[in-house]
Amino acid sequence: MTDAVSARERILARVRAAVANAPEAAAVARDYRTSHTADDPAAVLGLLHENLADYRAHVHRTAPDGLAALVAERLAERGARSVAVPPGLPDAWLAATDAVRRPDEPRLSPYALDGIDAVVTGCALAIAETGTIVLDGGPGQGRRALTLVPDLHVCVVLAPEQVVASVPLALPRLDPGRPLTWISGPSATSDIELDRVEGVHGPRTLEVILVTGG
Amino acid sequence: MRVALFVTCVNDAVFPATGVATVRLLERLGVEVDFPAAQTCCGQPQFNTGYREETGPLVRRTVRAFEGYEHVVVPSGSCAAMVRHHYPSFGAEAAGLGPRVYELTEFLVDVLGVTDVGAYFPHKVTYHPSCHGLRLLGLGERPRRLLEAVKGLELVELPGAEECCGFGGTFAVKNPDVSAAMGADKITNALSTGAEVLCGADNSCLLHLGGMLRRREDPLRALHLAEILASTEEEPWR
Amino acid sequence: MGMPSFPEAAREAVGDTTLRANLRHATHTIRDKRARAVAELDDWAALREAGKRIKDDTLRHLDTYLVRLEAAVTAAGGTVHWAADAAEANRIVTALVRATGETEVVKVKSMATQEIGLNEHLEAEGIAAYETDLAELIVQLGEDRPSHILVPAIHRNRAEIRDIFAEKMGSWGRPAPDGLSDTPAELAEAARLHLREKFLRAKVGISGANFMVAETGTLVVVESEGNGRMCLTLPETLISVVGIEKVVPSWRDLEVFLQTLPRSSTAERMNPYTSMWTGTTDEDGPSAFHLVLLDNGRTDALADEVGRQALRCIRCSACLNVCPVYERAGGHAYGSVYPGPIGAILTPQLRGTSSEIDASLPYASSLCGACYEVCPVAIDIPEVLVHLRERVAEEGGKGHRLEKAAIKAASWVLDRPNTLAAVERLASATRKVHPKRLPGPGARQWSDHRDLPELPAEPFRDWWRKNRP
Repeated sequence: MTDAVSARERILARVRAAVANAPEAAAVARDYRTSHTADDPAAVLGLLHENLADYRAHVHRTAPDGLAALVAERLAERGARSVAVPPGLPDAWLAATDAVRRPDEPRLSPYALDGIDAVVTGCALAIAETGTIVLDGGPGQGRRALTLVPDLHVCVVLAPEQVVASVPLALPRLDPGRPLTWISGPSATSDIELDRVEGVHGPRTLEVILVTGG
Repeated sequence: MRVALFVTCVNDAVFPATGVATVRLLERLGVEVDFPAAQTCCGQPQFNTGYREETGPLVRRTVRAFEGYEHVVVPSGSCAAMVRHHYPSFGAEAAGLGPRVYELTEFLVDVLGVTDVGAYFPHKVTYHPSCHGLRLLGLGERPRRLLEAVKGLELVELPGAEECCGFGGTFAVKNPDVSAAMGADKITNALSTGAEVLCGADNSCLLHLGGMLRRREDPLRALHLAEILASTEEEPWR
Repeated sequence: MGMPSFPEAAREAVGDTTLRANLRHATHTIRDKRARAVAELDDWAALREAGKRIKDDTLRHLDTYLVRLEAAVTAAGGTVHWAADAAEANRIVTALVRATGETEVVKVKSMATQEIGLNEHLEAEGIAAYETDLAELIVQLGEDRPSHILVPAIHRNRAEIRDIFAEKMGSWGRPAPDGLSDTPAELAEAARLHLREKFLRAKVGISGANFMVAETGTLVVVESEGNGRMCLTLPETLISVVGIEKVVPSWRDLEVFLQTLPRSSTAERMNPYTSMWTGTTDEDGPSAFHLVLLDNGRTDALADEVGRQALRCIRCSACLNVCPVYERAGGHAYGSVYPGPIGAILTPQLRGTSSEIDASLPYASSLCGACYEVCPVAIDIPEVLVHLRERVAEEGGKGHRLEKAAIKAASWVLDRPNTLAAVERLASATRKVHPKRLPGPGARQWSDHRDLPELPAEPFRDWWRKNRP
């Protein structure tokens, strides 16, 4: 490792020499907005719904007692016969589906995941202004591969407690020590003529269920 | 009110009609105009091409030439931008000129507070806002408001107006193909409006576009805003 | 490097009508969308200023933040390597891949690995590197060069992409489906099928990163397709090669860039996928994580008081998309993985200005300022361009000695109003015999495309003397 140590010292010495006479940078002013949205849970949820849908997620709403039926309906509608189940997913969420449950315990191989039609998860939180859901690998969310390889992702968001208005309000609630995946709509690309089309490597269908009145 | 005219080197040598029009316009509006003969060039071409050292004497000359004038009027956005944005890097004395320099439309709208200058110009006109006036000076709606108030003038929207015409000083000779391609697109957009006159507030851009128009023999004429504003029913532009 | 200068390369591009149409269509599409996405945030100016200052603070104390980052990544189970230049980075990555016993890797689009020519280096060492970003795949299959930071295949239209897929996919793996059409959806589907087998069997992934958080040791990759997630999640070993300027001090700083980057680059409120990871996590993702911190000329740029602002760049590409020169010259003319306005100020700082192409880049701009206007970290690109022109002019390379002499002569005349007046009078007096085209350096380039102006009968200063005595 002597080489690496010397490269480290060389680079740091070059950095120090380069900025030795540089003026101190102006203090960072954080006078941008914490949120662009009125502090009203219904409006924030409405915005989340609208922005998720704008980027081609399929958004549904239900009360807690309708969740199992809605999950079953979404899986059936998409023709999903098998569903990956992350550790800690409430049993009740899958109570009404007849899709084959494929628990991720022990860990499913990438090939096994590729053979599963769908995955159902919860989330860590959702961001209204950007139409984003964030997963942090917590209970009911699973490791990252689980929500990546199957082609259909059904994600359950508990409102209002898991919904924040903006990115600045989301970051303090997330733990950087956990692997985080921010998802804003299904997989997409703008690589052909800078025109956005949905559906490349990630799940091509994203169903988001907003559970209210819990 | 008494002002100094900074006519600019391009206008002095190539487009004196713009200088004459600026004088007539200002005098018509009751402004007394001086022309300090020590003025030459603001140094922009040298500066933008990377010759800072050679720019220094011209900066000092320009600053001295306009000493004592509270208002220095320039019928060129890019020369005004040079003085306002880049002179401060040549020292405190040079920095002092910036706040006293007014691009023509700034002077008319902000200092004199007029938009209707009593002009008459019975032609269809489209306006190209040159980059330095647009982005460095923030001229905004001033030129348009002045044009809209001209009697007989029909102002038509230029598609892609905010795109550079491709002049860019020495860019036009260092990258002639890209420059000409940009100019050609600008002219295509201008022709699509059906205008007779392509108006601008910076003759360096019009030198480039006008040269292309004449080469192509297009039915469109490039003309400085000052010449339109100077034109009246009694003394029409010809 | 033997590459033609910018004007020469651009001449060819300007004459290529397909390329011109492709670039015009793509850049104009994204330009308008970006403007709408940015207009949604009424605090854009404050976000831009905050982003600028966060990056300036980072650069001013880069040593501190790099050391902090190293400690945090190490504490989280990662291994940090330092590479002073491209050769060293390539050596480190090759050794890391070798140690796994694998002979193929999957790659997330990364500017840093393109900059160091990692794929070519790995290939020479018997390791196949598969690009998985759709545009990178198009470039790799087409044996082409990238021409845009965000959309490396922007110079290709859908019909060309279809042909490349149909012709080349078979020799790299799963062939394109029969009867592949040129609709973007079908092309994306073909890429999905082609790459899936590579993702599933991959043991080593290679990435760059958009941000590295010094405080927490977190790396951030922003993407759209999910190929990034595949490469960051499925392999057992992950190697990230990242420029030292990509560090940001704190977790909170992401709240600025995660708002400004997506809107500036793909004109979205948020890109489809953002991955954040800190070292390694048990039972989730790669069990080995290596971070290679890359200098490769960045400390040279850092030492330049005007030029260092280029290191604020977050690689959004907004400056390319609004640039009238890029739109007409295309990305290849810039002779670098960093094209467009940002490339014109970054490449000469990373590589120096001794080659013909690098010395010509600071002049590849009309200084219209559209790039500065859209830059989400307020890099004053025209200012740096002029500054680099000073450097090139001072070095006095090809053509610049003659130019300097001409500029000096002109400045001499311009500093003498009486001499200037005499020159102007002489020019006006002889105007009847002036031709419309002229030979000679400068004049020819002008008059190839434009008539020389018809000179007036007298200069303004003479009119003044006669009429306002």
